[in-house]
Amino acid sequence: MTESSEPTEQPLDLLYSETEDDLRAAVRALLADRAGHQTLLGRIETDSPYVPGLWKSLAGDIGVAGLLVPENLGGQGASHREAAVVLEELGRAVTPLPYLTSAVVATETLLALEGESDAAAGLLTELAGGRTVAALAVPLSTAPDAELPLGATVGAVADAGAADVFLVLRADGLYAVPADEATVAPQTPLDLTRPLATVTTGAGSGARLAGPDAARAAVRRGLLAGAGLLASEQLGLAEWCLEETVRYTRERHQFNRPVGSFQALKHRMAQLWLDLVGARAAARAAADALATGSADAPLIAAVAQAYCSRVAVRAAEECVQLHGGIGMTWEHPAHLALKRAKADQIALGSTGRHQDAIAALVGLAPPG
Amino acid sequence: MTDVEELLARTRKLLADHPPADTDRTDFLRARFDAGLAWVHYPVGLGGLDAPRALQAVVDAELAAAGAPDNDPRKIGIGLGMAAPTVLAHGTDEVKERFLRPLWVGEEVWCQLFSEPGAGSDLAALATRAVRDGEDWVVDGQKVWTSSAHTARWAILIARTDPDAPKHRGITYFVCDMTDPGVEVRPLRQITGEAEFNEVFLTGVRIPDAHRLGEVGDGWRVAQTTLMNERVSIGGARIPREGGMIGKVAATWRARPELRTHELHRRLLDHWVDAEVARLAGERLRQQLVAGRPGPEGSAMKLAFARLNQAISGLEVELLGDEGLLYGEWEMRRPELVDFTGRDAGYRYLRSKGNSIEGGTSEVLLNIVAERVLGLPPEPRNDKDVAWKDLAR
Ligand SMILES: Cc1cc2nc3c(=O)[nH]c(=O)nc-3n(C[C@H](O)[C@H](O)[C@H](O)COP(=O)(O)OP(=O)(O)OC[C@H]3O[C@@H](n4cnc5c(N)ncnc54)[C@H](O)[C@@H]3O)c2cc1C
Repeated sequence: MTESSEPTEQPLDLLYSETEDDLRAAVRALLADRAGHQTLLGRIETDSPYVPGLWKSLAGDIGVAGLLVPENLGGQGASHREAAVVLEELGRAVTPLPYLTSAVVATETLLALEGESDAAAGLLTELAGGRTVAALAVPLSTAPDAELPLGATVGAVADAGAADVFLVLRADGLYAVPADEATVAPQTPLDLTRPLATVTTGAGSGARLAGPDAARAAVRRGLLAGAGLLASEQLGLAEWCLEETVRYTRERHQFNRPVGSFQALKHRMAQLWLDLVGARAAARAAADALATGSADAPLIAAVAQAYCSRVAVRAAEECVQLHGGIGMTWEHPAHLALKRAKADQIALGSTGRHQDAIAALVGLAPPG
Repeated sequence: MTDVEELLARTRKLLADHPPADTDRTDFLRARFDAGLAWVHYPVGLGGLDAPRALQAVVDAELAAAGAPDNDPRKIGIGLGMAAPTVLAHGTDEVKERFLRPLWVGEEVWCQLFSEPGAGSDLAALATRAVRDGEDWVVDGQKVWTSSAHTARWAILIARTDPDAPKHRGITYFVCDMTDPGVEVRPLRQITGEAEFNEVFLTGVRIPDAHRLGEVGDGWRVAQTTLMNERVSIGGARIPREGGMIGKVAATWRARPELRTHELHRRLLDHWVDAEVARLAGERLRQQLVAGRPGPEGSAMKLAFARLNQAISGLEVELLGDEGLLYGEWEMRRPELVDFTGRDAGYRYLRSKGNSIEGGTSEVLLNIVAERVLGLPPEPRNDKDVAWKDLAR
């Protein structure tokens, strides 16, 4: 009865802990109460899709903004595993909140600098308490291993409108630029639940946090954490799409039977469930690899992104299709999920980019 | 008796009393069974210690480190994976005592006489008859696609005992002696050229009533134990990264740069990601089992691996180009064990076609996921309350 054993070190912990389950329940209850789909549909075409007061409740009262930040800097001293659970819930509810941008990408970037820079440490403390929101001034599409933009003007910066401070990469290092010293020009996003803007900052503005090499390494670390944890947002979103589709097709009758009893539909939903089993394992693996600082983290984050992006888009597309005409309407929330899923496919690196990273990491070189 | 230390002490005592280096393999395996270290979650006296299943890994690791022989699970997979749990759950004390030890040790190979020419996915439609005659049952019928019937000493068999009852209610479950003169096994050649499976003709086979598992007419319920364990055993093996089919094609890719194209590179990476995710999902399933929180994910694993194996082995044949046009050998053989990743790419491509058929087809498994996991409504049926003998065939 001998079985082959894992060649790598410690196997990843792919389950949810009780603390994580409790955190999930708290976040889910808050979102259901304050940011239901009808609330979102009423906000997405106003100046700001963010539900007033929601960030304060989630970041401050439940304390999720500081999950990645050590306790001595005012954070919760938790890990990427807990942040991933928050993102699953934000994905399920397609909530507009600067969580991924500020509490993950910007926070993780600053965590890389906190030892060297008092300014970075100070900013981290503010972010951890949820009092300040930061955005890294790069396009949302930037992959962890991408060329980083250095211009004064950067487009498609996510949650720029919510940011109090921008982290701006320049040739000589990383700067913290207060939002009131920057020009923020909103763009019209495909995904109305994650606003985008063009951000312009003057050459000398802000305070320098790090020199060029440390800055690049820090930004890469921030983007890697973002990519790895985006998989959890995609997982949550796909789960909602499947649950909603199952619920609807069980109730909707055509031809004198529930449409969910037709095998052509059942197989498509069963297939989605199968994909979700994989997505959950991949997303958990990425969160745990980031939490433990595993050397495997860049590989597993890329695997999780390549896989979960596809699953989320498929789940949202199936959700629209299997709802029929009602799935095509503005009043049904399926389109919120579809637009988020499609934008997430590009966010933090496309599937192709992640696959290229995998090829390089595991030695599967292209031709030539 | 579930403590790791006690278990290790017991394992070390077994090794001290029967040093693997100078103990006959079968003797060692028998001693291991008698020490309760065969399958620790089985009852005391039947090869186990009523311990949590997860602790088996502790025993296995200790024995492997000492160079102890194993029971070659690949040769006796049907016995271990399907017959044993069914015998344990539904057998009388005498039946359990008689069969479990030689089954686990590997002295007696088992096969599964379920499918028939007219009853595959719709297994409950089976037509093989068993008629009571004194203390025996007399069985007549034909089974098909029976893996390892040519090496088996015993079979788990389901047969119809009441044709007047609706199909699910007139079936009874037996242990069948494959050496009975009424059992005829003929090889059935597969698309790979060889014959892992067989046709089995049953003519006046006598089975003592003592070899019945469960009540008369309750065989369908008993068979559920077998079928649930079949899916677990097919999907449950632990795999290292790049284990299984993906490792074969990745090795070829690395060793043979001249074969690479951009289109194949994209597909290879797609499959690599899917294989790694399937591996992680399998790992997650195991962690759930160990934590005592098994989920329905087991059925997902078999579906995922069938699709992956087929896609990856297909890619490998294409990658090989001119060599992909060739096949190792078509010689008709009757192998003792199934080796999914053995032999050449062409064999792997053809053998993996069976992965979405054996142990329940992928279509049928998707039905099960849709209805039992997602709770979607069943299709309308017209065969549930009709006597079996009145059904269309
Ligand atoms: C390599 C191999 C080894 C095997 N070993 C054994 C063994 O040891 N013992 C044993 O008893 N059997 C064995 N089998 C048999 C196997 O269990 C059956 O082949 C399988 O259950 C399918 O039955 P069938 O072949 O009659 O196909 P059918 O049931 O006739 O199916 C034909 C097609 O119809 C589809 N279909 C059927 N019903 C439905 C439905 N309700 N909804 C949607 N699609 C449906 C199927 O998916 C399939 O594509 C083995 C098979 C293989 C390939």
